[in-house]
Amino acid sequence: MSVIKTPNGYTLDSSGRRVVVDPVTRIEGHMRCEVNVDENNVIRNAVSTGTMWRGLEVILKGRDPRDAWAFVERICGVCTGCHALTSVRTVEDALGIRIPKNAHLIREMMAKTLQVHDHVVHFYHLHALDWVNPVNALKADPKATSALQQSVSPRHPLSSPGYFRDIQTRIRKFIESGQLGPFKNGYWDNPAYKLPPEADLMAVAHYLEALDLQKEFVKVHTVFGGKNPHPNYLVGGVPCAINMDGDLSAGAPLNMERLNFVRARIQEMVDFCKNVYVPDVIAIASFYKDWLYGGGHGAINVMDYGAYPKVNYDKSTDQLPGGVILNGNWNEIHEIDPRDPEQVQEFVAHSWYSYPDESVGLHPWDGITEPNYELGSNTKGTRTNIQELDESAKYSWIKAPRWRGHAVEVGPLSRYTLAYAHGVEYVRNQVDTSLAAFNHLAGTNLDAKTALNSTIGRTLARALEAEYCADMMVDDWNELIANIKAGDTATANMEKWDPSTWPKEAKGVGTVAAPRGALGHWIHIKDGRIENYQCVVPTTWNGSPRDPAGNIGAFEACLMNTPMERPDEPVEILRSLHSFDPCLACSTHVMSEDGEELTEVKIR
Amino acid sequence: MTETFYEVMRRQGISRRSFLKFCSLTAAALGLGPEFAGKIAHAMENKPRIPILWLHGLECTCCSESFIRSAHPLAKDVILSMVSLDYDDTIMAASGHQAEAIVEEIVEKYKGNYIVAVEGNPPLNEDGMYCIIGGKPFVEQLRYATEHCKAIISWGSCASYGCVQAARPNPTRATPVHKVITDKPIIKVPGCPPIAEVMTAVVTYMLTFERMPELDRQGRPKMFYSQRIHDKCYRRPHFDAGQFVESWDDEGARKGYCLYKMGCKGPTTYNACSTIRWNEGTSFPIQAGHGCIGCSEDGFWDKGSWYARLTDINQFGIESNADAVGGGVAAVVGGAVAAHAAVSAVKRAANKGEE
Repeated sequence: MSVIKTPNGYTLDSSGRRVVVDPVTRIEGHMRCEVNVDENNVIRNAVSTGTMWRGLEVILKGRDPRDAWAFVERICGVCTGCHALTSVRTVEDALGIRIPKNAHLIREMMAKTLQVHDHVVHFYHLHALDWVNPVNALKADPKATSALQQSVSPRHPLSSPGYFRDIQTRIRKFIESGQLGPFKNGYWDNPAYKLPPEADLMAVAHYLEALDLQKEFVKVHTVFGGKNPHPNYLVGGVPCAINMDGDLSAGAPLNMERLNFVRARIQEMVDFCKNVYVPDVIAIASFYKDWLYGGGHGAINVMDYGAYPKVNYDKSTDQLPGGVILNGNWNEIHEIDPRDPEQVQEFVAHSWYSYPDESVGLHPWDGITEPNYELGSNTKGTRTNIQELDESAKYSWIKAPRWRGHAVEVGPLSRYTLAYAHGVEYVRNQVDTSLAAFNHLAGTNLDAKTALNSTIGRTLARALEAEYCADMMVDDWNELIANIKAGDTATANMEKWDPSTWPKEAKGVGTVAAPRGALGHWIHIKDGRIENYQCVVPTTWNGSPRDPAGNIGAFEACLMNTPMERPDEPVEILRSLHSFDPCLACSTHVMSEDGEELTEVKIR
Repeated sequence: MTETFYEVMRRQGISRRSFLKFCSLTAAALGLGPEFAGKIAHAMENKPRIPILWLHGLECTCCSESFIRSAHPLAKDVILSMVSLDYDDTIMAASGHQAEAIVEEIVEKYKGNYIVAVEGNPPLNEDGMYCIIGGKPFVEQLRYATEHCKAIISWGSCASYGCVQAARPNPTRATPVHKVITDKPIIKVPGCPPIAEVMTAVVTYMLTFERMPELDRQGRPKMFYSQRIHDKCYRRPHFDAGQFVESWDDEGARKGYCLYKMGCKGPTTYNACSTIRWNEGTSFPIQAGHGCIGCSEDGFWDKGSWYARLTDINQFGIESNADAVGGGVAAVVGGAVAAHAAVSAVKRAANKGEE
C-alpha cells in the first residue's frame, strides 16, 4: 500500500521518488528526514527520524533529587537552563517547597533571557540561511540596503550606506577567498531564494550583529547563575544571595552594580528585538508572501502548559496562558493537566523502544523504556548503513507523545495561538500590528489564522515571543527592585533542604515554556533518592514518529504538500523543519522504569 | 588559497591597529607577556587559514554555544578570518549529502593538514547506532575524518572524558575520543562547557605558534588547566579565615564567604574559572553564589552530590599542582605524543584481537 489516509487528515503517498536528508544540519543534535515527492516534486509523504539517544534518565536513577537539575540541564546546551529550571520546579513540587518571591523573579529573568537568546540565535544563525542568500548580497547596492533598513526600522542606528558597504566588502573577500567555511556547498543558485540583494545584505549584516550581541544577552545568566552555557540552579530558590548595602556587599552575588548590569543587558534585548529582529522577520516574510507552506498542525492543533505567572503558583495569572486547541477551533480551549494519566501519554509503536503492549500509551509517571533498535523489513541498506527507512515499522529514537491521543504541535506558535485565543491583549496587539505591517509590505490581506498557520507564522511567533519576553523582563526587574526596597531580600527557602524532612515517597511534576515549546518533567522520589525521572520535551512532541493509530507528528505534517524547486537540494524541507528549531538531544530521553541492565553490544 | 591571516583580516576591513590590538589581547589571554604580541602578529602575517572539521557525537551543543560567546577574539572573526570552518553541522548551510561531501573533500584535499574538533563522543553500544550520521554510526565518521588529520581537539568534558551520558551506568557506552582514536595528537579542553575565551585561545595559540600547546599528563593545555579554582578564588581569604556559608541565603552567603561547606569542588577542580572567569570575565559560579560542581574533572558526575563536602583535601597549604596530582611529570608535546603512540599501538593490537 503506497497510499495511507491518517486519522488526523493527511494522505500519505510513498509511491514517488524518495529523497533522503541526513544529517539535517543547523539544528541541535542529530536528525534525519526522508520524503517522497510526486512527478511535480511536491512532497506527498514525510518521515522524520531522531538519530541519537543518550539515556540521561537511566543515569538519574538512584541519585539525589537536589542534584538532578545539573544532569538534565546537560540534555541541551542550546536551550541551556530550561531543563534545570523544570527540574528544580519538579523536585519542589514533589517535596512541597515554595520559593521566595525574589527567587521566582530571578528565575523568570533567566528563563526569559534564554527565550530571547535562543530565539535570536535560532533566527539569525540556524534559520536565516533558509531564506537569506549571502552570495546574492554581493550584488546589493549598499545605498538601497540603507534605504531598506531605514524604511523597515528607522530606529536602528546601524543603517548607513558605508556600514553596509564595509560588511559587503568583508563578505565579498571571504567568498572570493574560495574557502567558504559554513557557506560551503550551500544552495545559493536555487530559485527557492527570493530576497532581493539589498534585503540579503541587510540580513547578513544582522547575522553578524546578532552574533556579537547574543554573547551580551547571556550575561544575565552569568550574574545570576555564574556562567553560560549551563548556569547553576538550586532547589528551594536561587544561589545568588542579595546584599544591597551590608558588610561585604561588593563580593556578594547580587548588589546594586550587579543588578544594574542585568538591567543594561535587558535593555539590549528589548532594543534588538524591537529594532532589528521583529522588523527583519516581517520584511523577509513579505518577500515570501507566496510561500505560505509548512502549517501542518501549527495554529490548528496546539498545546502548552501555560507560563510566566505574574503571581507565582497562581496559574490564572499566566502571561502566556496554556491549554489545548484542536482542529483549528480557537473558540474552545481545553484545559491541560500534566498529572492526569489520561492526558499526556507516550507511544512507541514506531520508536526504537519496546513496551509490553505497544498499542497503548503510558503517562510519564508510569513510563517504561527499553531501547529496541530494529529496522522494518522494507528498509533499504543495512543495520549500520541505512539508505531508506521503513516507516511502517520502528524508525526513530523519539517516542510519540500525544494529548488524549491527539498529535499536537508545541512551541512559540502554539503559545501565541493560545494567547491570541485567550485574548491576551499584549499578544493580540503584537500579532495584529505585525500582520498589518506584513500585509502592507506584501500587498496582501491575510487574516491571523491563515498567516500564522505556516512556516512563516511559526517564525514570526518566535520573534514576537522574544519581544514579549524582553518586555516582561523589564517588569520582573522593576518588581525585584521594589521587593528589595520593601525589605525582602530572601532568595532561598531551606525548610526542606535536609532529606530527613522529606516524606518516604513523593511524586512531582514541573513545566516550563521552553524556547521550543511545552516542557514537562515528572519525578518519583523514594527514600530520598530518584526512583523514576521522565522528561517529555518539545521536540519529542513535534518530531514524533507515527503513533499506533497512524497520526503523524508536527514535523511530518508541516512538510506535506510542499513543492520543492529541486528535490536534490532540500531548501524547502530545511526551511519548514528549522521553523520548529529542532532540538534532538532534548527529544530522545527516556527512562527505564526498573533500571534494568541494558544489553551491551560490541562494535566491530 | 595561501593567504595569511593578516591579509585576510586586512581584506575584511580590520585595520592594522585593530589587528595589533587583537594580537596583544591574545597574548594576554594566553598569559604571555606583551613581548609575545609582536610574535603573534608576525605569525599571523605569514600563515594561511587551516580547515577545521567540527564533528558532533552524543552531546548537548553547549561547547558550540560557548564558542560563539567568545569576546576576544569574536566568534565571527575566528570563523570569517582565522580558520576555515568547513564542516560544523550546527551552523553550516549545507545538509545531507552536500554536507557529507565536505568531509570527503577536506580529507582528500588537505590530507595531514586539517584539524578535527570533536564535540561529544561516540556511543559504542548497539553497533554505534545510538548516534547516526548519514545512516551510519557516528564512530565511523569520526574514524574516517580523523585518519588523516593533523591533530584533534576534544572540546568539553564529553569528548575529553565522556561526561553526562557516560555517567553510571553509561547506557550507550559513550566513549571519549582518545579511547577510540589512539594514533593522533589530542588536546583535551574539558569543562561543561569550556570557557569561551579558553576555546578560542587554544585555537589561536595553535595557529600562531604552529604547535600544540604544552599539555599536562591528562592532555590538557597547561596554560589553562594547571591551577585549581580554589587556588585563585576571590573567596579564598574567607576559607583561610574559617568563614563559611553554612546554609543557602544565610549571612555568610550574603557576605560572599567560602562555599566549601556547601560542597564546592573548587579545591579539586583544575580550570581557569576563577582567573579568566566566564562570559568576558563577567562572573563565575562561586561569585554567583553556587559552589563549583567540578565540571572539568574526569567523571565528576559520579563523585558524589554537588552539596556533599569534600573530605579529601588538605585544609591548609594546598600547593600541589596538576601534574603532581596526576602522578607524573608533565610531558611536552613530543613526549606526550610518543607516549600516546605507544599506548595506541598496544590498544590497536588488542582491538585487532577482537576483530
